[in-house]
Amino acid sequence: MASSVTPSIEAGVAPRRRAGGRRPRLDAARILPPIVSVLAVLALFELLPRVGIVSARQLPPSSEIVDTFISQLSTEAFWRDIWSTLQGWALGLGIAIAIAVPLGLALGSTPLLHRALRFVIEFLRPIPSVALIPLVVLLYGTGLTSKVFLAAFGATWPLLIQVIYGVQDVDPVATDTGRMFGLGRFQRMRRITLPSLLPYAATGLRIAATTSLLLTVTGELVIGAPGLGHSIDLARTSAATTLMYALILATGLVGIVINSAFRRMERRTLRWHPSQREVAA
Amino acid sequence: MIARALRSRLGLILEVTVPLAIVAAWWIASAGSTSFFFPPLSEILDSFRETWLFSHVASDVVPSMLRLAAGFAIAIAIAVPLGVLLSQSKLLWRAAEPIVEFLRALPGPALIPLGIVLIGIGSGMKIALIAFGCLFPILLTTMDGVASIDPVLRDTVRVLRLSRRDRIMRVIVPAALPQIFAGLRTSLALGLIMVVISEMVASENGVGYFVLSAQRSFDLPAMWAGTLMIGLLGYALSGLLTLVERRLLRWHRASKASALSS
Repeated sequence: MASSVTPSIEAGVAPRRRAGGRRPRLDAARILPPIVSVLAVLALFELLPRVGIVSARQLPPSSEIVDTFISQLSTEAFWRDIWSTLQGWALGLGIAIAIAVPLGLALGSTPLLHRALRFVIEFLRPIPSVALIPLVVLLYGTGLTSKVFLAAFGATWPLLIQVIYGVQDVDPVATDTGRMFGLGRFQRMRRITLPSLLPYAATGLRIAATTSLLLTVTGELVIGAPGLGHSIDLARTSAATTLMYALILATGLVGIVINSAFRRMERRTLRWHPSQREVAA
Repeated sequence: MIARALRSRLGLILEVTVPLAIVAAWWIASAGSTSFFFPPLSEILDSFRETWLFSHVASDVVPSMLRLAAGFAIAIAIAVPLGVLLSQSKLLWRAAEPIVEFLRALPGPALIPLGIVLIGIGSGMKIALIAFGCLFPILLTTMDGVASIDPVLRDTVRVLRLSRRDRIMRVIVPAALPQIFAGLRTSLALGLIMVVISEMVASENGVGYFVLSAQRSFDLPAMWAGTLMIGLLGYALSGLLTLVERRLLRWHRASKASALSS
């Protein structure tokens, strides 16, 4: 169990990219491969429909998709979709934080409470929140509330679990030492619990952010709440295939921005932590 | 000492009674419920018995689980070898990184409309999407696992001049296995989400289809029973994975334990 929460595991970064604190140099070996591979993929998706291996109605050439994407950038509807999706994502994540952090702190520091609720949490956690979609639609309709509910429900668990583990992982020797030096409860919290909790919380936060986006888009797609997911499906049903691909591209880019922002924050706040020191030896 | 024993006994009692108390509270609170949305628990359980013991198991649970198994297996078959391959060469990873980053940041359900356009609404589309959703956590944890292999082990393998095949099959993959399992756990949860959603959007059977059509025909007890069933499936699958993990990683736990005791 412990191995599944070590921050480095789910960090999803190929380690040792910047070995030994060497400043990344702008050399060809670093810059060329990603550019070449992206161009190659674009070329492949340009050729497939042009040569006729895939029908252009199903998969338009990549140049057309990029064109449509760029022209979307100047439409109001596109930015309204982005805004709706980000709004659902942020509210879902915010609610998840507001629930998971205090609850995780309480459960992590009170063993008896944790035992009492452990089974309940272990039972609720693997339930895919999408199973609640039909109920949520009946209760809250097809608007913002529904997708925020789904996103918050889904994003709460990973963060809660990480916070609980983080609090429990505090080195008892450190706590005892702090107590011996006469640190009060608050000081111990600030100087001992918080630093050892941070890597877990940061990982939990990153996973929660990804989950919240996933469920926001799902809510839009299945429930029909306004946003990128809904517009993607709308483009499909109205046979605007190129637009559909352009919007999927946009959704992926939103995902990348959220992902890398949280990963950067994780790295920045934890520069001192062993999990972030890349090559120790 | 006595206080500690008492505490642990109290803990055990609480662990058993609190969940029971919650179910009991739900039962009592909903007993006389006339609310359309929250039917009495007894009614939900009746509906659960009618649908899931066992008339709808073959028609809905089995197709869903087969799709999940197929998608999950395809994801493992692609992600583990690809992860090992990409962690062998820095150049290769640099080339693959932007594409992997884009695809993994893309929320899987956004691809359902694409799947419908490209493949249609059959099982093939669902399996492809499930496989896609499961792929990236496994790929990334495999790479992470390979990267975190003990340098001493790495050097030993080099000194022993193992063949490439032996090196990968006997050293690299087993050493990365604990991390790979962390990825499998994430993937399984994502896979179940993809199963349910793809069945909600376009299907004629499956648990996702079942809950949505129950809701559309305003059969609330059946909808609750379906939701409960999906929850139970999630719980059972995650328990199953834990069992497999314990079995496959027995050597890992054993070696860790001996390292600790020495």
